[in-house]
Amino acid sequence: MAKPASANSGSGKRRASPRKSTAKTESSANSQGAAQDENFALHSLQEEFEKNKRYKASEEELLTFYEQMLLIRRFEERAGQLYGLGYIGGFCHLYIGQEAVAVGVQSALEEGKDSVITGYRDHGHMLAYGIDPKIIMAELTGRQAGISHGKGGSMHMFSTEKAFYGGHGIVGAQVPLGAGLALSHQYKDDGGICATYFGDGAANQGQVYETFNMASLWNLPMIFIVENNQYAMGTSVKRSSAETEFYRRGTAFRIPGMKVNGMDVLEVHQAVHVAADHVRKGMGPVLMELETYRYRGHSMSDPAKYRSREEVQNVREHSDPIEHIKKDLMEMGVSEDKLKQLDKDIRAKVADAADFAENSPEPEASELYTDVLVGNY
Amino acid sequence: MAIELKMPALSPTMEEGTLAKWLVKEGDEISSGDILAEIETDKATMEFEAVDEGTVGKLLVDEGTENVKVGTVIAMLAEEGEDASSLEAPSASSEPTESKPADEEKPAASSAEIMTQEQPKPKKADPEIPEGTNMVKATVREALRDAMAEEMRLDERVFVMGEEVAEYQGAYKVTQGLLDEFGPKRVIDTPITEYGFAGIGTGAAMGGLRPVVEFMTFNFAMQAIDHIINSAAKTNYMSGGQMRCPVVFRGPNGAASRVAAQHSQNYAPWYSAVPGLIVIAPYDASDAKGLLKAAIRCEDPVVFLENELLYGKSFELAQLDDHVLPIGKARIMREGSDVTIVSYSIGVGLALEAAEKLAEEGIDAEIIDLRTIRPLDRETVLESLAKTNRLIVAEEGFPQCSVAAEIQAICMEDGFDNLDAPVLRVCNEDVPLPYAANLEKMALIDSDRIIAAAKKVCYVD
Repeated sequence: MAKPASANSGSGKRRASPRKSTAKTESSANSQGAAQDENFALHSLQEEFEKNKRYKASEEELLTFYEQMLLIRRFEERAGQLYGLGYIGGFCHLYIGQEAVAVGVQSALEEGKDSVITGYRDHGHMLAYGIDPKIIMAELTGRQAGISHGKGGSMHMFSTEKAFYGGHGIVGAQVPLGAGLALSHQYKDDGGICATYFGDGAANQGQVYETFNMASLWNLPMIFIVENNQYAMGTSVKRSSAETEFYRRGTAFRIPGMKVNGMDVLEVHQAVHVAADHVRKGMGPVLMELETYRYRGHSMSDPAKYRSREEVQNVREHSDPIEHIKKDLMEMGVSEDKLKQLDKDIRAKVADAADFAENSPEPEASELYTDVLVGNY
Repeated sequence: MAIELKMPALSPTMEEGTLAKWLVKEGDEISSGDILAEIETDKATMEFEAVDEGTVGKLLVDEGTENVKVGTVIAMLAEEGEDASSLEAPSASSEPTESKPADEEKPAASSAEIMTQEQPKPKKADPEIPEGTNMVKATVREALRDAMAEEMRLDERVFVMGEEVAEYQGAYKVTQGLLDEFGPKRVIDTPITEYGFAGIGTGAAMGGLRPVVEFMTFNFAMQAIDHIINSAAKTNYMSGGQMRCPVVFRGPNGAASRVAAQHSQNYAPWYSAVPGLIVIAPYDASDAKGLLKAAIRCEDPVVFLENELLYGKSFELAQLDDHVLPIGKARIMREGSDVTIVSYSIGVGLALEAAEKLAEEGIDAEIIDLRTIRPLDRETVLESLAKTNRLIVAEEGFPQCSVAAEIQAICMEDGFDNLDAPVLRVCNEDVPLPYAANLEKMALIDSDRIIAAAKKVCYVD
């Protein structure tokens, strides 16, 4: 039977990775140090990150990070309450404990250029990207004023204006979709990259590895961000994963990995800078594991019996991302009064959002039939 | 005993081919594995290898001969101890009658003629095509390729991705030549990972591009169905109309030839069950081209179901600068007054064939090609029913929860008063498609079964 032409010609060449060819040239030209290590590219980013792990934020920047994380915390606490009161239905996955991830990542991306996609635990990301808490909360309560006119709910929210592409309910589906967004950046040559979030649970989905392969093969401009919150619903990482060090999982596809403390917004921010620089140079994707923790159950209906109260309490006391930054701010000389006032303002903002979400009208009956198709046929 | 070398079948659907080049000459000693000739099918040029050892006696078919039927003796091989020069050609009856070297006859005309003889002509011209338009012959394969090429020329955002679409020129040669014209940025070979690349295509559409994602066949798209349904079809609704997903998923669908159960399924009923999707299944070259162009321009996600057995068939194709047809409109392929036969895709050809035979028996059938399965053109079906009062559906697919079942429901709900007989469906047998030739034939719909159902609703026989 006829065979296709050599797989190494044509499109393969076009997308040949500069990263790979660099590694080869160096290893043949130089017999010293890191360059001799053919796999240097796979750990070079971690080495660069290790040199300077914490971003040196100005007081103003640090206050902004603190404010954003606190907004997420307070918003989610309120969402949990509204769920208990029956205002929010269905599945509702809270982000409490993981705030440093979305805030650290978003602050290191370029607004108006980069795109973002995540799974169903998406409220925190949207708040971090500056989307009005009112329209997010109104979506949670299923109202016309919600960002999806009440047709998406907690798990399915989008803001094309902010290049936030969802909000996807099927575990792992956002990973190839994110690669598609990255392909569109590359195709349009707009300089953007796609931050693609997924959890330690989604990291075991087959489509993630199909995507790793194509993203590396085609040098797609994207950062794979594993939010390792230790539990895939009720199954702990060590009960579900043969390789629990998720940042290593790109090695088979020659994707460099980075391991980052996801409870420190400054480390997250710094790591994303290092990764984004690499990606923007056309060096292909980066896989970043952010170790984090969710304080609440998987969703509102999860009693979280699979872990002890002490375990949660221990993280709250020793690694809370908000307390951590609060301490940094106070060391910088920010007064406790100022921080108290900030918290008060945020509580007021969240209360406003909740009032709005409780009192705005449900969708018009006609909404049932809109947006099924764009065209008229 | 001299060995007869016969024209080989080089693919499951190949019936004839061109003997492009002899690589041996009379008197050559050959051994097993030697390349004897190059044979062109409509999809590819293939090498014909020797299995036996011996001396080439006679070359019975000249280089360049077109339309050499599979099984025709093309050369004689003398075994050890035989005199190669004394070999005789086999009896004249096995000679292909219509094969002549290409230079003696206009090749295009002859091949098109043979092709169209197999396909009954619709009685009614497509009203979408202006009268007096110059018509040319084209295969469905060419029509699909031209549709993609034209849209790629018009819109920089359009690109094609899939397995073997670029360097290999398409597993079924539908993307032939696209890589040469548009380059590897816009014609992307993917690894064999349907789930992954369907997701990437969908994401690229969300990111503002216009991907055409080819599945080698829709059987493999089951691995990717989550992205077609959950990611592509639902996003516009879930986002309150913010996020569009203008992607086209296309490829062959339905039974091919002798490829058995896992490679032979019609997914039209599956996708047609999903709000948010457009589902198109064309029959002829004109609809294939006009509707694929419409699908690529469409703001909604489209599942475009082709049929491998139709790829090589030639039809009349309007020569228009921009041949775009409306999505969601059925086409009356043949006007008739006694019974309506609703079908789509390959079933339309069988229905047209049935209509010719029914006409000989005095039954005048009207044939509707649905063309778009979702949204379904209920009006055209119901109008025809109001005229003929009898309706059957011919569908190459399983009967349960079929498109046929949907048409039956529509007729009962909204056309009950016009019915003079129950609506019948002619579908494949309700079994996984078998491999054996006789069983496969028994399992698939054919024109005889359509004729029988048409007569039944007319209460004839």
